[in-house]
Amino acid sequence: MPHDHDHTDPPSDLELRVKALESLLVEKGLVDPAALDALIDTYENKVGPRNGAKVIAKAWSEPDYKTWLLDDASEAIASLGFTGRQGEHMMAVENTPSLHNVVVCTLCSCYPWPVLGLPPVWYKAAPYRSRVVSDPRGVLREFGTELPEDIEVRVWDSTAEMRYLVLPMRPDGTDGWDVPRLEDLVSRNSMIGVEPAKTPAMAAAE
Amino acid sequence: MNGGHDLGGMHGLGPVDPEPESEEPVFHAVWERRAFALNLATGFLGKWNIDQGRHARERQHPADYLRNTYYENWLAGLETLLVEAGLVTPEELESGVAEGRAEDVRVLLGENVEEALSKGGPVTMDIPLEASFRAGDRVRVININPLGHTRAPRYARGKVGTVALDRGVHIFADRNAEGVKEGQRLYSVEFDGRELWGETGSARETVRIDLWEPHLEAAE
Repeated sequence: MPHDHDHTDPPSDLELRVKALESLLVEKGLVDPAALDALIDTYENKVGPRNGAKVIAKAWSEPDYKTWLLDDASEAIASLGFTGRQGEHMMAVENTPSLHNVVVCTLCSCYPWPVLGLPPVWYKAAPYRSRVVSDPRGVLREFGTELPEDIEVRVWDSTAEMRYLVLPMRPDGTDGWDVPRLEDLVSRNSMIGVEPAKTPAMAAAE
Repeated sequence: MNGGHDLGGMHGLGPVDPEPESEEPVFHAVWERRAFALNLATGFLGKWNIDQGRHARERQHPADYLRNTYYENWLAGLETLLVEAGLVTPEELESGVAEGRAEDVRVLLGENVEEALSKGGPVTMDIPLEASFRAGDRVRVININPLGHTRAPRYARGKVGTVALDRGVHIFADRNAEGVKEGQRLYSVEFDGRELWGETGSARETVRIDLWEPHLEAAE
């Protein structure tokens, strides 16, 4: 087992340790509790992968926007209002029938917060970080993603402050769909590159 | 440093086992929320930068780093940073009782959170610095094993790749972790799976790594 304790049921000493640290820092005048609440609210309720889905659906619908996104992702994404911490230097990478992109941070947990929110547990955990660079096809299989042998897999290891957003292929059977409808097909995992975008049938079944 | 965080290519850590995306909460416990927010809020005090923050987590014993959950590592790193920055004494950490109020600190207030987050912290530097490499050049990652922080991962050291992109001048993370703001050219370098992993690798699988000029030397 990679972990010997459950993420949903931490030992109570952790609760206590964090509580003690928070009250110490508040007492010392080093943190404002209202700032803590605002930070949590931001990433729990305001910023998340629905932002990224808006970027992708727009790129699927508007060729000029897609060109801009692939040429200068930071500016193209900022034009939709998604800016700031951990998204200062963005690059969008396009999946095609011959190339599949997937993103990792082997050294820590770098991730494009303004468009995807905070990373999922698996993205930050050792199994993904260790193996996606040496066996990307095998790791993708653990997400149920089977890539044909003739496709090149390109793994982006986020070792600097560049942050990557995968532009997945637009699913078949979506001709004429408007942007809000396309957004529903863009999963978080498809923007990390571990899954394709949802098919219309998958989205309808949800 | 060759710590427990430098995971690329390591074996035996198990399958990925992802939670279904539609069911995964942002945080899995109340303490995770607070540990996350404490890290961000104290970061705005300006006493350490992002690479010093990373290095504080990396310096844990590798067994601890690997056994801990993610936010446990953040918590451990934060305790180290607070003490090293002189903001909190080890006795205060131990007892939980403040021995006095901090002086001359710039505290992030609730009303300023939105602005502070949206401003972010760009790391590009507008300084003239010649590029030694161009797209298409063959480069080798130098063989370094520093005790300090480095963003040149172990699995790429000594390996030969091809420069794919020149990203201009970015703050050099390895020096930033020492508190020195130094600009260096950053490149996206592509490595073929065969070069990285030998016969178990695949030429149809490539890895692109962001590396700064001091990490690289010309290769034939």
